[in-house]
Amino acid sequence: MESSEAAVGQKLTPAAEEPGTAGRGRPLSADSLFHGVCVSMAGLVGVALVAIVIAIAVDSLPAIRTFGVLGFLKSSEWDPVSEHFGAFPFIVGTLVSSAIAMVLAVPVSFGVAVFISELAPAWMRQPVSAAIEMLAAVPSIVYGLWGLLVFAPAFANLEPWINDHLGALPLVGALFQGPPMGIGMLTAGIVLAIMILPYITAIMRDVFVATPTRLKESAYAMGATTWEVARQILLPYTRTAVTGGIFLGLGRALGETMAVTFVIGNSNNLSASLLMPGASIPSVIANEFTEATSKLYVSSLIYLGLVLIAITLIVQVLAVLLLGSVRRGAVSSR
Amino acid sequence: MISLAAKRRAVNAVASALMFAATCVGLFFLAWILWTTLRFGIAAMHWDLFLKDTPAPGDGGYGLRNAFVGSVILMCIALLIGVPVGLMAGTWLAEYGGRSRRARLVRFVNDIMLSAPSIEIGLFTYAVMVDPLGHFSAFSGGVALAILMVPIIVRTTDEMLRLVGAEMREAAIALGAPMWKVVTNITWKAARAGILTGILISLARISGETAPLLFTALNNQYYSTSLARPIANLPVVIFQFAMSPYDNWQQMAWAGAFIAITFILLLSVTSRLILQKSVKRP
Repeated sequence: MESSEAAVGQKLTPAAEEPGTAGRGRPLSADSLFHGVCVSMAGLVGVALVAIVIAIAVDSLPAIRTFGVLGFLKSSEWDPVSEHFGAFPFIVGTLVSSAIAMVLAVPVSFGVAVFISELAPAWMRQPVSAAIEMLAAVPSIVYGLWGLLVFAPAFANLEPWINDHLGALPLVGALFQGPPMGIGMLTAGIVLAIMILPYITAIMRDVFVATPTRLKESAYAMGATTWEVARQILLPYTRTAVTGGIFLGLGRALGETMAVTFVIGNSNNLSASLLMPGASIPSVIANEFTEATSKLYVSSLIYLGLVLIAITLIVQVLAVLLLGSVRRGAVSSR
Repeated sequence: MISLAAKRRAVNAVASALMFAATCVGLFFLAWILWTTLRFGIAAMHWDLFLKDTPAPGDGGYGLRNAFVGSVILMCIALLIGVPVGLMAGTWLAEYGGRSRRARLVRFVNDIMLSAPSIEIGLFTYAVMVDPLGHFSAFSGGVALAILMVPIIVRTTDEMLRLVGAEMREAAIALGAPMWKVVTNITWKAARAGILTGILISLARISGETAPLLFTALNNQYYSTSLARPIANLPVVIFQFAMSPYDNWQQMAWAGAFIAITFILLLSVTSRLILQKSVKRP
């Protein structure tokens, strides 16, 4: 069954030796055609990733030639008029907004997952799980709309308080000083945290539920509390998959475009404060792509996309490897 | 002096309260997002949304007809391309590839594609279709959405087909059925609920996708059904209208968001029902 040629080659072997090959011997039979179509489609899926990287790299060649690799990554200049482009502020913006999202989403996801698997009464588990999963079904454009028109104005009311209290802290104070605009790096991080919460939660919940009952119950029988079981039984037992789930969420946060574009403020300048507007790689591409007039401008934006692929690919490969056989996705998590 | 037991109980009580609070935070944001979309969306409902096209800037008109039609066209293209590719590739993985090295490689790539940021797919489609042809087009938008659908369909098809018992295949093969007949008449049929669920979920996933369309289908202020020209579509119109200073545009953005969410929730409820029904069947 390796390939259609092999099947054709088996034409002369007696049917008794190869059960199930009847009708497969004729050249260009329906069978080899079906197999051929299946193989080529699977091949298409198999080369997709390489094709994406190559196509995007080819389109960023003009920018790579002009700015080099390190020069592009380190430069903070983004000036469409004089055609000088550098990725540094956007790389920082992507990493910082995702880092805020992870800091907020990982503990909350852990809490929700333990609540669903250990604390909640049986009747509550299914509805709560489904509701949290529904957060993943909301399209990112709706998160953006809600973030810009509803959450940001509400958050702007909270920002003076953040200024007065967190902004007064030593060392980290500078991070929390700024005008109460509602939009900015911190807002982007919070919206991202809500968006990745269902993904991380789903994986943690699945592996917590799948932890052998005898492990959990031995601990409970020894008098361990729910928290001790979660900390000392569930987490060590599922460490690999939990890390994979966190990387999966990180990959989502790094590449999220629409929601971030709405609320990050779209300023191409770096600023020390998280309350100030910034930009991420996806947001600057989404914002400026249709306005980019010159070849070099478009190429630089695609080059930014290539940088994004480099960052997300590492995270995604780690996630897939760590998750291994853990099934994910809406269908398989039932 | 607090006893160790009391301390452990206290820690547990605090931790449990925090876990409960975390769950409440998640549910609170879900309720907040759904509630605002529902409230503003229903307030902005108007027959003109379905009967008139998107108005010009500053014009007080109302209408999303071209965006709805465009989105349906884009989804149809995506389904026409994505379903055959995903179904056949998933079939190869489950029926031919099995646990071979090549199949494992395809699954690995597919897993990565499953969570690839949609903006990367948009840039890829721009690089291979829009840039060489020199213009944005509805067709390239459909292709970008199809690329996003395929990994989901491949994965569910693969998983669902592998759940079908080997004895069914062996029985068919023993009766002399050729492999293609075994697959199309036996295993596809046995796994059809799961495969259909995967297709519905992939449709739900792409129906709100905006980023890849910015580089491919773009947008069109006018009614257009041409596959070779830019086409209006709901997500990009929501993006454009939400960022605008006009009141009627923002209201239409909410109306569009409400309709998109309703469509997606209907799809996911349907897919859950199909799956539940098929699981209950012995």
